[in-house]
Amino acid sequence: MAGAAISIDGVDKRYIGRGREVVALDHVSLEIEEGEFVAFVGPSGCGKSTLLNMIAGIIPMTSGSIMHEGRKVTAINRHVGYLTQADSVLPWRTVEQNVGLPLEYRGMPAAQRQKRVAEMLALVDLKGFDKAFPKELSGGMRKRVALAQMLAYGPDTLLMDEPFGALDAQLKLVMQQQLLRIWQEQKKTIVFVTHDLAEAIALASRVIVFSGRPGKIKYVEEIKIPYPRDVFKVRFLREFETAYDNLWRELSPEIAKGEDL
Amino acid sequence: MQVDESAAVGTGAPSRAVRDFEAGLVRRKVMVYVCQAVFGIVFLAFWQWASGRLIDPFFVSSPSAVFGKLYTWLMNGELYRHLSITLYATAIGFIIGSTIGFAMGLLFGKFAFLAEVLDPYITALYSIPKLALAPLFIIWFGIGIESKIAVSASIVFFVVFLNTFSGVREVNPIYIHATQIMGASQWGVMRTVIIPSATAWVITGLKVSVPYALVGTVIGEFMSSNRGIGFIIAQATGLFDTNSVFAGIIILAVVGAIINSILKATEGWLLRWRA
Repeated sequence: MAGAAISIDGVDKRYIGRGREVVALDHVSLEIEEGEFVAFVGPSGCGKSTLLNMIAGIIPMTSGSIMHEGRKVTAINRHVGYLTQADSVLPWRTVEQNVGLPLEYRGMPAAQRQKRVAEMLALVDLKGFDKAFPKELSGGMRKRVALAQMLAYGPDTLLMDEPFGALDAQLKLVMQQQLLRIWQEQKKTIVFVTHDLAEAIALASRVIVFSGRPGKIKYVEEIKIPYPRDVFKVRFLREFETAYDNLWRELSPEIAKGEDL
Repeated sequence: MQVDESAAVGTGAPSRAVRDFEAGLVRRKVMVYVCQAVFGIVFLAFWQWASGRLIDPFFVSSPSAVFGKLYTWLMNGELYRHLSITLYATAIGFIIGSTIGFAMGLLFGKFAFLAEVLDPYITALYSIPKLALAPLFIIWFGIGIESKIAVSASIVFFVVFLNTFSGVREVNPIYIHATQIMGASQWGVMRTVIIPSATAWVITGLKVSVPYALVGTVIGEFMSSNRGIGFIIAQATGLFDTNSVFAGIIILAVVGAIINSILKATEGWLLRWRA
């Protein structure tokens, strides 16, 4: 099936908080093509993470529908990879046990699993750390374990919620470059939530700006920088500057609005 | 893009500074052991000296008399006969209590509604001193080993149950969502996330409850029995035989310390992933 990997159609999210109804997402519609790298940016509380979690099937929507690879999302979506800012690597399992976890759930035989795990660790440059526990690794290495784990079972769509938010600036660039390489090699569809405009522009082919409460899509910017990109250098390109100006123009009033609340 | 972070976790050969540091730790550990031994020897020496000089040995016995007693018991098989029954009752009580406690803890942790409904009853049951149940258990199960098992099981049950329950509720929901998306079934989440995550709590519960299990058994033996360390102590007390009372107490103390150190080692191994 060519065309939309994810189609979001008229999705609303309302919830009751402190005795009144809050509209977190107001009638959001969006098509994400196969192989696209889409970034969601917006002020905090605009519902961008909520929307991502809805695609993952973790949070139910109030109304509207989301189709993913031709299936309607109604429960936990097992056809995506999911990575958040929080450390989701299981601390009681070694690196290889963690990476092999989704394969274990799928009942893959041990020998085959071992081979796949080795491939994944090589892909994220973590060879030789198979037997280490997560506590023995740095934050960046743990992130790469999570990345290897997510790629191990080969989902075509990756949902990422500020995955590199907790990393320091240099490591963040390294991880971004690695992610771009993997995206290009493996032809994934990626939805990437971030509050970092520069990150969004450096990575994504399309950046979606959400407005503050109620969350709505306010603006969409196509990023014209050709791939393969060098995340260390993109920020000096003219296209980057143009995109940044456009996005900032749309985003800044929303952030100011959020501050007034 | 290659970045070498291996230096950060030190996979190479240890440097001189590392070796010195580790040698320092070892020296300190040895010092602790030596001081522990010295403390014990000084205590026993004082006891031996004071017995008969400061206090009547009728009340406090003396180390030589107590160890003489222990030696006699060891040689004539009495030690084995009584200790084995006490340990057996403790172990069985511990296994039954912790298995049921663990299973119920998982169940309650999983079904929040059930837990909320039964909460006041559980709190009420928990507040009963379990030793107050001992006479009841003797009526139900007789004066044999079954009543001692019941006492220690009922004590262990609550500690393990409450700890497992808290452990299950403390599981980080991020792990649950992440593993579900990766394809985990209900049982998969239970096996790979909830149980390992609750282990830290459960182990703490077990560690606390083992001495209690021993206490439960011995109290049961105090009340009515014809074998076991508790029986020896109770019988000797009736005969004003302080040598045997102290010998019994020392056996319990040593057994408790040994069990605890085994549990500590098990804990260290099970929780080796923790920082």
